[in-house]
Parts: sequence; C-alpha cells; structure tokens
Amino acid sequence: MSIFLNKNNKVIVQGITGSEGSKHTARMLAAGTNVVGGVNARKAGTTVKHEDQHGSPIELPVFGSVKEAMAETGADTSIVFVPPAFTKDAVVEAIDAEIGLVVVITEGVPVQDSAEFWALAQSKKDAEGNQITRIIGPNCPGIITPGEALVGITPANITGKGGVGLVSKSGTLTYQMMYELRDLGFSTAIGIGGDPVIGTTHIDALAAFEADPETKAIVMIGEIGGDAEERAAEFIKNNVTKPVVGYVAGFTAPEGKTMGHAGAIVSGSSGTAQAKKEALEAAGVKVGKTPSETAHLLRTVYPKHEEPSKL
Amino acid sequence: MDLFEYQARDLFEAHGVPVLAGIVAHTPEEAKAAAEKIGGVTVVKAQVKVGGRGKAGGVKVAKTPDEAFEHAQKILGMDIKGHTVKKVMIAQGADIAEEYYFSVLLDRANRNYLAMCSVEGGMEIEQLAVERPEALAKVPVDPATGIDAAKGAEIAEAAGFAPELREKVADVIVKLWDVFKGEDATLVEVNPLVKTGSGDLIALDGKVSLDENASFRHKEHEELADKESEDPLEAKAKALDLNYVKLDGEVGIIGNGAGLVMSTLDVVAYAGEKHGNVKPANFLDIGGGASAEVMANGLSIILGDEQVKSVFVNVFGGITACDAVANGIVGALSKLGDSANKPLVVRLDGNNVDEGRRILHEANHPLVTLAENMDQGADKAAELAAK
Repeated sequence: MSIFLNKNNKVIVQGITGSEGSKHTARMLAAGTNVVGGVNARKAGTTVKHEDQHGSPIELPVFGSVKEAMAETGADTSIVFVPPAFTKDAVVEAIDAEIGLVVVITEGVPVQDSAEFWALAQSKKDAEGNQITRIIGPNCPGIITPGEALVGITPANITGKGGVGLVSKSGTLTYQMMYELRDLGFSTAIGIGGDPVIGTTHIDALAAFEADPETKAIVMIGEIGGDAEERAAEFIKNNVTKPVVGYVAGFTAPEGKTMGHAGAIVSGSSGTAQAKKEALEAAGVKVGKTPSETAHLLRTVYPKHEEPSKL
Repeated sequence: MDLFEYQARDLFEAHGVPVLAGIVAHTPEEAKAAAEKIGGVTVVKAQVKVGGRGKAGGVKVAKTPDEAFEHAQKILGMDIKGHTVKKVMIAQGADIAEEYYFSVLLDRANRNYLAMCSVEGGMEIEQLAVERPEALAKVPVDPATGIDAAKGAEIAEAAGFAPELREKVADVIVKLWDVFKGEDATLVEVNPLVKTGSGDLIALDGKVSLDENASFRHKEHEELADKESEDPLEAKAKALDLNYVKLDGEVGIIGNGAGLVMSTLDVVAYAGEKHGNVKPANFLDIGGGASAEVMANGLSIILGDEQVKSVFVNVFGGITACDAVANGIVGALSKLGDSANKPLVVRLDGNNVDEGRRILHEANHPLVTLAENMDQGADKAAELAAK
C-alpha cells in the first residue's frame, strides 16, 4: 500500500516532447513508473523513444489531447511539465477529461490561474459526491512511492520502500529528509508545493497516511507563510493516531520578504515559523529545530518492531 | 509586488474606477506645479508602502500651491516606520460626506477570493474586524465566476448600504474586480471609498499587490517596480536571474531549493549563537542547475556583500548531482580568481556525493573546507565568520 500512487497507475506526460518533460519521462521510466504516453497537440500521432526500467527501447505515443490519451491507453494519472503561460490550459484539459490525478510540476504559475483550475476541479464530482480529479502542486517535486512509481522529479535512488510517510511544501527538504531516514524507507513521499494556492494539502496527505496500513509514522515539513500548518495541527489533534513529527523552515526569515516560494512570506504576525511550531506542538507533534533533529525525533517515535532488520 | 498609492490610483483610473486627480512629485517644486495644475485645495500625501502615514504627519491639506510646496518640503525625506519618503502625491481635495471600505483579495486558506466591504470606512480595517466584526461583510468570490453586477449588489447589501446606493456601489465594486482580475492582483483595497457631498463615489486611497508570477502577461508591470528602493545587490542578482534576498548578517548562504535554503538560514543562525552571534547574510537559491556559471554568479553577489565573512554552500544533489555541483564550485573559484577571498564551507549530500567530494578534495582549493553534514557545515561557517 501507499497513498495516491502505486505501480498500477498509468501515467501520461503533458509536455512530453519538451526538454524538462523528456528528461523526467526518462527518469520516471527508470524508476519503474508505468508511463504510457504523452500529450502535445502539435505533435499528435508521433512517438518518442525512451528506455524502460530494464534498458530495453520503447516508443511512447504522443496524443493530441488528454481525453484521447486516456481513451487509447487507459491512463489515470497525468504529470504537467508545460511552461507557466500554458499550465492553466493543460490542467483544465486534464480536469475536463476527468483524469484521477494530475501532478503539476511547473514553477511560476500565476496564482489566479491556480485558483481557477482549483475551482474547476472542485466542481467536478462523481456520483458519490467525491472530487474526480486530485491535483498535486503546482510548483512541487511531485510524488514518489519508492520501489513502485515516481510521478515527479524526486531522485528515485535516495531510499526504498518502508514505513515513513512524508508530506512537504519543499522539494529539496523532501530529498534531505528521505536521505536522513534512508535506512527506514518510505511508504510515499509527497511534495505539495510552495505556492499560495495548491491542490493536495498537508491535511489531505495526513488523512491518507493515517488510513494507509503501510505507513507507520509521518513526517510533516512546512515553511513560513499562510496557515496550512496550523490547520494541519488541528487536524492531527482530532484525526491522526499515528506518530507525527514536524519541521518548519524559515525561523529567521524577516517580515515582508518572499523566501523563494511565492507562498513563503511572513506578513505581520501571521505565517511565522514560531507560530506554526507552537501550533504543531500543542497538537502533540514533536517539532525539530533542524532537519537532522527532526529525523532523530522520528526515530524516537517510530515503532521499534517495524524497523528494518540489520542483517 | 506592492504598489504605491499613486500607482494604484493610475490602475484604478485605467479600469474606470472613479478617482480624483493625482500627480506624483519628487521635489517641492514639482509639488507646487502639480497643485497649480490641479487647482483649488489639494492634499500632499507621502508615498510609502506602509500604513499609518496620516498619524506620522505624512498627509497634509494645502490650500494654495505655495502651501503644497511647504508641505512637500517637510514630507519628502521624512522617515515613516523605516521607510524614507522619496515622492509625494498631490491629490485633488475631496468633499467627504461618508467613508466606506472595500477590498478583494486572495484567500489562501479557502483557495478562492474574498471580498470585504463595510459602510464604516476610514479606520484601520484590522481594528474594525476585531472591534465590530458584524460591521465588516465578508463574501467569498468564486474564481470561476468572479464579480458581476449581481454579485456586486450582493456584496453591497451584505455591507449594509442603503438600497438607493447599492447599484452605484456595485458598479464601483465590479470595476475594482476588473482591476483585480485584469491586472493579476492578489489584493485590491480601497480605504476609504467615499461619498462626496454631491453624492458621487470616489476611491480616495488604494492599495494594490500584484502577482509577480503573472508578469509574463503584463510586460507593463515592470515599470511599476520600485527601483530606487531596491537593494543594489538584490538588483544585481535579479539581473542575473538569481533568487536572492539580502539579510543583515555575516555568513553568506548558497543552496538549492527554497525550503532547504530557508532551513540553512535557520541552522546557521542557531550555530551563530555559539560563535559571536553571527547571522546569515542572505537567502540565495540557485535552483536545480548548479553550473559553474550559476555558482560563479551566486558567489560574486555574496562576495560583493562587504558584511560577509564566510560562505556556506549547502547543496543536496538531486537531479543536478553532486559531481556537477563540485565542478561548478571549482569552475566558479577559478573564474572569480582573486576576487574569491573569503572562506567557503561546502556541504554536499545526495546523488554522486562521493565523486563530488573527490573533485573538491583533489582541487584542494585553500579557501574550501568540506563539511560532513549540514549541521557541521553551518557550525564551521559560523565559526569562520566569528573570527
């Protein structure tokens, strides 16, 4: 088990012929992801050459639309590598085609575009009233279920399968934490992105990790800006029984300066790292001062009998 | 990007929002000329991106152009909450009968927009929200549909406007929405929105924040940037396409990924507590690619900061593996030559870390120290900066 992604997901790449799309298609295939094709309206009908996980040559079809790609391949997941000016249209197309999961890697998407495609995604419900399309990102490293599939740009060779679930606003801090805890391994690591408006939230990931039998403990990484961490703390207090440790980046960030991510800004008294840390601790979450201390805290709460045996 | 009041006024005017005449002035002479041009009573308003100008003496009524000259002389150069006044706006005087409030902004938590409106304007809205929350209408706005005439009327009604005023208010709200949407803003605020003695509505003071991610479709927004107040190093970094923020400290920081760099600042600040209280000197995210060129550009910016005593390079090799980063550092140091004159602590982890460390080890540059991990690197860099 895992959350949101496993080896059965059939993945298409929107922007498969671009330089980023092409590079990461190769990496995703090498990580074992079942990439079944791509989309580029101007190159529909062509194919792109890649290698599968075992180094055998494969040709992936390029389709004119997400809808067509889904009909031809049975794809249920899309990853978006198109430039910011075209991202909204690409995501809207995926939502209109009613794909189950769309991972938006693109950095620099105007926030009104994200708000619009989020509003559209929210309006599309199935017969049971559940939202049809899950969005991860934008401006995120994507999602990896080690040993099964990677839909994103996370290096797949940091660590393998295990019992730690990780949700993070930041890409490189995700890699850093996977590296620190590489001996334990991960069920799924998901980077939700550092923009002010994102699809999947900390809370969505926490709820899924809580329900996932393979996940034994959870690491939650936040950063300054907004109040997502405070709301996640409230959620943990009421809904999460598994051990959770937290880390928040940006204690030394001054007010009013955007720290790299469009969403990472302290305005007035809101969005500070200290407030987030306090909210998490009040919910019983141990919060590390540094990534290494956070990894250490995770080890103290990780169920002993679940640790991989050291043979 | 936050705009000055006069820039917000100009955007309002361009979208048909009713405003009064306003001219920006950099000198008392310009202020006088502007007052003559506008005629009648004018108001000299300090242009700073911070609230509380009135209380600080940055807003003065001028009955004559000569008075406008005198006020401008006093206000220009004034310090308001750490902001030096470099320009004033000469605004036409208003005959105010009533003051209202309106804003529309991005609501991060709900992932939509929020319109706020009140018939009690003029005061600090944060204060109103706390003291009399019932007087401030908060109406969610669906990003898919926005604010049309009907939605504008709904907001006006919720704010408590009398029925005969609602249509007029709704019309202004729709135009302000047009500013928000058309300019890719994250905030449009009017405080106060006034009704004049003759019953006209006027946006008397405005605040606008624009989304810099949308600049690709608003080339004209580039001219709105406040180049005068920009830190020279930040301006230089921007020209080199580097994500750099100047801070007040001694340890220069280079890293990859916004989260990791933020985290590095924290870890260095903690380490600094043990070493003469040195602090991080900057935020610099070199992103995914750490070529020799990017590394050299980054290092040259940081070494250009005279306060910097040591530099901590903290990179997790992901897509760009550690050997490429190591080559980037070696290449940057040879490119910079003698201008690289401060000790460098380098921490590499992740993909191809052994090869990366071997490259740095072999280059054996006298300024470079290799750290085992992030904590140790931060400690070493802080120690070197405290010397």
